[in-house]
Order: sequence, then C-alpha cells, then structure tokens
Amino acid sequence: MIDRLALDRRSVLRGAATGAAGLAFSGLFPAWAQTGSPGIRPQMQTLSGTDIRLAVGYSNFRVGGRSGHAVTINGTIPAPLIRLREGQDVRIAVTNTLEEDTSIHWHGLILPFQMDGVPGVSFPGIRPGETFVYEFPVRQSGTYWFHSHSGLQEQQGHYGPMIIDPAGADPVAYDREHVIVLSDWSFLHPHQIMHKLRQEAGYFNRQRMTLAGRLSGDPEHQMSAEDRRMWAEMRMDPTDILDVNGTTYTYLINGHGPQENWTGLFRPGERVRLRIINAGAMSIFNIRIPGLPMTVVSADGQDVRPVTVDEFQISAAETYDVIVTPTEDRAYTFVAEAMDRSGMGRATLAPRLGMTAAVPPLRDRPILTMRDMGMGGMDHGAHGGGMDHSAHGGSAPAASADEPAPMSHDMRDPRNAPQVDLNPGVDMIAPAPVDRTGDPGVGLDDVGHRVLTYRDLVSLRPNTDRRQPTRTVEVHLTGNMERFMWSFDGVRLSENPEPLRFERNERVRMRLINDTMMAHPIHIHGHFWELVNGHSGNQPFKHTVNVQPGGTVDLDLTADAPGDWAFHCHLLLHMHAGMMRVVKVRPMDGGAA
Amino acid sequence: MTRLLIALLATTAATPALAQHGGHAQPAPAPTPATTCTPEHAAMGHCTIPAAPAPAPAPASTCTAEHAAMGHCTMSPTPAPTPAPAPPSTCTAEHAAMGHCTMEQQPATDPHAGHAMPGQEADPHAGHQMPGDQAAPPAPPVGPPPPGAFSGPEHAADTVFGAGQMDPARRELIRMHGRMATSRLRAERLEVGFGDGEESYAWEADFFYGEPLDRVWLKTEGEGAFGGELEHGEIQALWGHAISPFFDLQAGLRYDFAPDPERAHLALGIQGLAPYWIEVDAAAFLSDEGELTARIEAEHDLRITQRLILQPLVEVELSAQDIPELGIGAGLSTTEAGLRLRYEIAPEFAPYVGVEWEQAYGRTASFREAAGEDAGGVRFLAGVRIWF
Repeated sequence: MIDRLALDRRSVLRGAATGAAGLAFSGLFPAWAQTGSPGIRPQMQTLSGTDIRLAVGYSNFRVGGRSGHAVTINGTIPAPLIRLREGQDVRIAVTNTLEEDTSIHWHGLILPFQMDGVPGVSFPGIRPGETFVYEFPVRQSGTYWFHSHSGLQEQQGHYGPMIIDPAGADPVAYDREHVIVLSDWSFLHPHQIMHKLRQEAGYFNRQRMTLAGRLSGDPEHQMSAEDRRMWAEMRMDPTDILDVNGTTYTYLINGHGPQENWTGLFRPGERVRLRIINAGAMSIFNIRIPGLPMTVVSADGQDVRPVTVDEFQISAAETYDVIVTPTEDRAYTFVAEAMDRSGMGRATLAPRLGMTAAVPPLRDRPILTMRDMGMGGMDHGAHGGGMDHSAHGGSAPAASADEPAPMSHDMRDPRNAPQVDLNPGVDMIAPAPVDRTGDPGVGLDDVGHRVLTYRDLVSLRPNTDRRQPTRTVEVHLTGNMERFMWSFDGVRLSENPEPLRFERNERVRMRLINDTMMAHPIHIHGHFWELVNGHSGNQPFKHTVNVQPGGTVDLDLTADAPGDWAFHCHLLLHMHAGMMRVVKVRPMDGGAA
Repeated sequence: MTRLLIALLATTAATPALAQHGGHAQPAPAPTPATTCTPEHAAMGHCTIPAAPAPAPAPASTCTAEHAAMGHCTMSPTPAPTPAPAPPSTCTAEHAAMGHCTMEQQPATDPHAGHAMPGQEADPHAGHQMPGDQAAPPAPPVGPPPPGAFSGPEHAADTVFGAGQMDPARRELIRMHGRMATSRLRAERLEVGFGDGEESYAWEADFFYGEPLDRVWLKTEGEGAFGGELEHGEIQALWGHAISPFFDLQAGLRYDFAPDPERAHLALGIQGLAPYWIEVDAAAFLSDEGELTARIEAEHDLRITQRLILQPLVEVELSAQDIPELGIGAGLSTTEAGLRLRYEIAPEFAPYVGVEWEQAYGRTASFREAAGEDAGGVRFLAGVRIWF
C-alpha cells in the first residue's frame, strides 16, 4: 500500500507515460486560478482521477511588480486544483525536488494516519529527490485543501485547493462555481518574519494607539483613561490583533494581489458557489461582497443549513462555501479584509472580464476589549452563565454572577487553570473566559449588517454519534506575547509533553480555553469535531475551530481514527513556536472502525 | 497608504475584454431556472428578488433559537429529534428553505437530489433546541484517558515505517516546534553630544542569542570627548534566564577598559518590561577590588505617531563605598535624565535628537569639583538607533 520510490529514471518515465496531470505545469497560475476564470469546468486542467502526480519545487513568484522565492507544488501558487469524487480511491505521488524535506498534509481529510502527511507523527517526511505515494480511499465530500507540514514552506506558497464531489447528488444547487483561495505572501523569508517577532514583539504592528491619534479624536485611538491604564499596566497592546499583517503581506486571492484583481465570471441570475479556503499562514480574514448577500451552505467541507449573511470571518485553515446570486449586470468586489484591517485581498465577480466595482476602503482598526482579555465572564456573567464552567450555555443559574469572589481578577492566577505549567512562557491566564461561539469575531461586533457566528452553523447531516461524552479534556491555549512564545497548557511541543490520549471510539468533550488575547484557529487531524453550539443533534462538523481571544469553545469528539495525529494552532508561526500536540488514539487493532 | 492605494485601484479603468462564458458546464450541478422567487426562498439565498439587494425580513423559518430567545420571534416547542425520512415528494417550500431539499433546482436526471446525503433523515426542527433549555446536559468531569488509550504501540507510524525512519523524524518534529533561537544586535544609542563647549560621543549597544527563556547577552557602553580620552568604556557578558513572563535574571562578568585603572566585576541583575511598558535594566556589580556598585536604568517609548517616538530615560548609579581613584562617592553617585525623540524610518533604523541632564551628588560631586569639572550639566544629542 505504501510505496517509497526514489526519483529514478523509471518513475520519471512512468510519470511521463501516465501523462495524467502533468508534472510540469506551464503558466503562472493553474487554470482554475487564472483571472477571468469562467469557473471550474471539466475541460479545465484540474488534477483528478485515481493517479495524480505532484512535484514540490522552488519557483519564482511574482506579485505587485516584484519577484520572490517560493516553494510550490507543480510550479504555481496556489497549486493545481485536485478534484476527486467521494467513494473513489486515489494515489497521489509527491516528488520532492527541493533540497530539504517536504510533505503534503491533506487538510480535513479522513484517511489512514500514515497518509496524513505530518513528518514525525504520521510518516518520516519526503526527503530530497524522493517520491512518496499517498494512497487512500476518499470517504467524504466538500471543499478542502492541502499544504506542507514541513518547516515553514506553507508560508512560501506550498498549498492548494481540493474539491471532493459527493457520490450522490449535491444537496447544494448551483449553476457555476469558483474556488477562492485566500493567502498571504511576503517577500521576507518566513524565518525572517519569526526572527523579527522574537526580536521585537509587535514588529509588524503599525496601527498602534498613538498620542497624535488620541488628540485628533480619531475613533481608532479612543479608549477610556481607565482602560488605557489597565492595558498598559498589563503590558498588553489592545491593537495587537494579527502578529503578521499587511505591513509585510500582500494578500492573495487565487495567487493574485489586489492590483492583479482576480476576476471570476458569472451570468446574472446564476447561483454561484464560491468555495472559499483560507490558506493564509498567519491571516484571519473578514469576507464580504458589498451588495451581494452570501448564503453559507458549507463549513470546513461539511454541509450546513443555509444561512444568509453579509459578512463572515474565516480563520486560518477554515473553508466556507457560500452561494451568491448576482442578478444585475454589474461587477461586485470580493473583499477579504485582514482582521486587523491592515490590508485586504481583493477580487472581482463580474459578468465580463475588465469590469470592476468600487473597492471599499479599509475600515477602522478594531481595539481589543476586556472580553478579549478573558474577562468576559465578569461583566457578562449574568447573561448566560459565563462564569460557570461546569455547564455549557444558560443551564446554570446566574446566581454567581454578582459575586465573582471565587474567580480571581488576577490576570495570572494559577487557581484559574491548575493544569497549566505557569512558567515565564505564559503571560496570562484568562480570569473569566466565556463561550464566544455567539460572537462574530474580533472587530465585527458592530458593523451594521448580518455577520455569521458559530452558533448559526447547523449541520445538514444529523450527528450520528449521539452518546454523551464520558469525560472532558481541557486544553488551555497559552502564550507570551512579548517573547513570542506559544504553547498548550504552558508547554511547547519541543518540551516533549505527554500526548493527548484517547481510547478508540471514545466520546470526549474537548474544551479549548484561550488564555491569550489573540484568536487561535485550532486544528485536529484525522477527525472532525462537533462544535457544541446549542444545536444538539445537528452540531456542525469542524476540522478547524477559531477560538476567540479570552474565549472558550466546547467540542465533542468521537475518537474513531486509530493512530497518531497532529493537533495544533494553524497560525503557522504559533505552531512553529510550539503550540502543538500529538493526539494518540488506541488501540490500533480490533473493534469496528 | 495602503488604503489610498486600494481606493485608487478601484477607480482604475480596466481594459474590457471578451469574457468567456462557461456556465452550465459543471459536472455536478444543473441549470437553475429561477422562475418563482418567493421572499422566503430569496432569504435563504436560493434566488434573489430583483431590486431587493437586502434580503427580506427573517421569515418564520429562520427563527433561530437565539432570535427566539431575544424575543424577535416565537418558536413552538419542538420534540426531540426523531429520524423521519422525508420522501422526495414532500419537498415543501419550508423544507427547501431549511436546506433539506432543493426545489426546482434539481437536475432533471436525478429527482432524488438533495435527499441523497447519507443520514439525511433529519428532523427539520432538530437544530432549534434552545441552548441549554433541557437537552444540553452538564459537561462530564475532567478525567484521565481510559486504560485502552494506553494500549498498543507507543508510536503508530513505527508499525508502518519502522522506528529507524521515524526516530530521526520525531526528533526533528520536536526540535522544529519551539526550539528556534534568535539573535539581535542593537545599538540603542550611537550619539554625539554638544554642551559646555565640548563635543562628546557615547554608545550603548547589546546583543543576544538564544531561545526566548535562555539567552546569552553581550552589552557594551561608553563615552568620551572628541579629542580627549575615553572616559568610560565597558563590556558585559551575561547569561539571561527568564524568571517571570516579562523579566530575565542576568548574571555574568563586566569588564571596564576605561577609565584607568581597569576593573573587572561580577554582574547580577534583572532586565525586562515593568508595568506601564517601562523597560528596566537593573544590576549590581562587585569589582575585583571588592567594591559594590549598582546601576538602574529605566526607559519608556511614548508613541506620538506610528513612527515618531519620544523616549524618556532615567539612569541612577549607586555605590556602597567611596572609590576615590574612580571619582565615585558612596551613596547616590550620579543620575542621568534624558529625552530622545526618534523617527523610525524603519523600525530597525531611527535617527534621533535629544537632551540629557547629568548630575553628580555627594562625594562624587566633590571629587569632580576637586578635579575642576562640573558636578552636572546638560548636553544636546544627535544620534541613531539601529538594530538587526
């Protein structure tokens, strides 16, 4: 089942003979990502079928008139679209032409652990000159993506989209579809980005509160004196929202910068399905199309009941499918605004190539609140049992709300998180974190239109495992902003912590508690969580969950995939700093899968 | 800047080109004749009512639990989810609006489309339970993994690839996630001073290498008058270890190569960020002559604009004893108060101008006056702050 081939003449010849999905792909962009794309059509050169060959190599990437070094799959950013069908088997041969190890992780795919593509967890990695053949049955459908799990290659262009068509009819009806891959490109090498953050925390933040801003009355700089004092006392910056941002990033849509203006075509009246993938290494985007409501039909590749919104936040590694129905013969601007408003990705949906619509200016940069500091349970305790962590939602009486005595206001009280190793790498323990799945995300509380929240997501497919979880596993998301350190429970992966262990088919409640003031998209490999959001029985399935600053998320997990799996923050540099664990599901043999 | 650029982009006239129209050619979906577009239908995004870009007010079918809880609509109590397969013929508008099936959009070839999801036998109201109204039981207690979780091989991948291949990969995985070392060379001050008819120079620089919690530090500072002798010059080599989220303990050696006679010291101090964003570097020094001195330095960056930064600085020198040969008196020997205004052309490169007032006290002042110097004075400064 597993082949490990050296890149010898034989395999090259075989690849040439197979001819399916050529190794070398001409052109700057894969066909689906070219501007003026009429959408994905079968005659377009996507990679499909049962035998797919990919080559990882060094390339030059050009955007905004500059050229930089990239690591790409088949020579393009993003990689060619891989389109599969539920129920098929696939063999994907990945050849490494780099001078360093590489890997491809199939993000969100349910597959045997040894095909998951994480060096050191699922397999040894792909060494220079070698070819690894991934081989697995395709057991699901939806919008997914793939990327390197080696070093920081993902930041350098090593990612691409994957669509899996359902075996039966698609519950989502549409006339046309576009894949929209959001990403972040920097001409700085990712190691350089990490060094800058370690040398000077907040290096990329050029939107700080300033004296001039305060005096000018600029709303971006207004804050009560008491709040300002409190933030300063804690040595926390309320404008520190994305560690890496538009200061160095060119935000890409299908590999196109804002000037290149990727354009996808439609005919007025059509139902257009946009398969939106956040392949950004360190970016969280707010998505909107002014003048065009979006109906979310799928999240992380899993169908949800349609919900119509004007804007939604997409965290790193999440995917959302939306339906838009433009009826007018006009262009619309697709806006992917960085969460800290330091820049945007911009694309156009238009009936004809060359049409453009107004591009809205960047909105005021948000300012973090005490809720983002994990004090949400103090001022909102009466609204929903935020103080009470023994029960989800409003089932607990709010009696304790006016008496926060048991809850210390101390920003680093070990009693608030006994399991956390309270070393200098942990600068804060949220004193009163709350379930924030009903919040739309940083900066979207008051934008004057409908914004998606996690509570709007209801799985179309009923949950099959209706067992109550038998135990809770808490994981604290911890860090030190000033030292740019990130960890789970205060321990980095480099300290070789005890893995998270689950018994096979165990039903577990995982509670992620964000003790930092940054949002963290947490990803589990090999499984889908059910997001506990009040829709019991139809909890949405997620492979990546954005845990908002100072917030908690409850997740139900059926640990049905034996093997070793990665579990980590999908902000690449947070993972690189150690915010990662290995999940082990045992026993390996016996028991129905 | 970025905003302006984006705004300008919007107005740029693009070249019209012939567009290719390739709709209706996808493998899965089929054409959609949006013939009957009801408000309900539109609200679900299934169609759009012309001239009504904003969707219709939420109809009953979109009454979410949250909405109901806020009193925006009313929900009838609903039974617990009961799987009830919906035959294709019962695809009502309400049903379609819930996304359980799709009216009219079905490809003619597949009348069962929309009901083909595995496990699609959903109760349409299954998702409408109030959060926590009755169904959500309290979370189970935190507990250890069951015994079965510890069975089987420790490393799953070893069973496929062998420990020989996996061991090095695991070491690399561990090393890769949290062990990155960084270095920084920073000249916090490289400056010339004017005042009292004498032009002087001064520097203060440091270098670190290591991981965030353990770093090797080199520090140097000194000053002198142009055309004169180096008045003071020192270098320190320290090991720094984090003792709190914001502070490192630093221990090592300091060597003064000026003035004469030279001194070597043991150094012990703390460096870090105090509340209110005050950078503090405080250290005590024990010289090879047995003299104990201390130095406390504090500074703060006041951001006037994103690039213009005013930096007040205070430095205090203390001594446990008189050191006549160095002109230092016991107690508070000198203070320094400075104000530097820098402009960050880049964060790494910032020229500045400033002013600094230095004052000697007690015996230190007496030593200076005896040597014909002023006990204190003001200098105007110009310099540059660089790091990389």
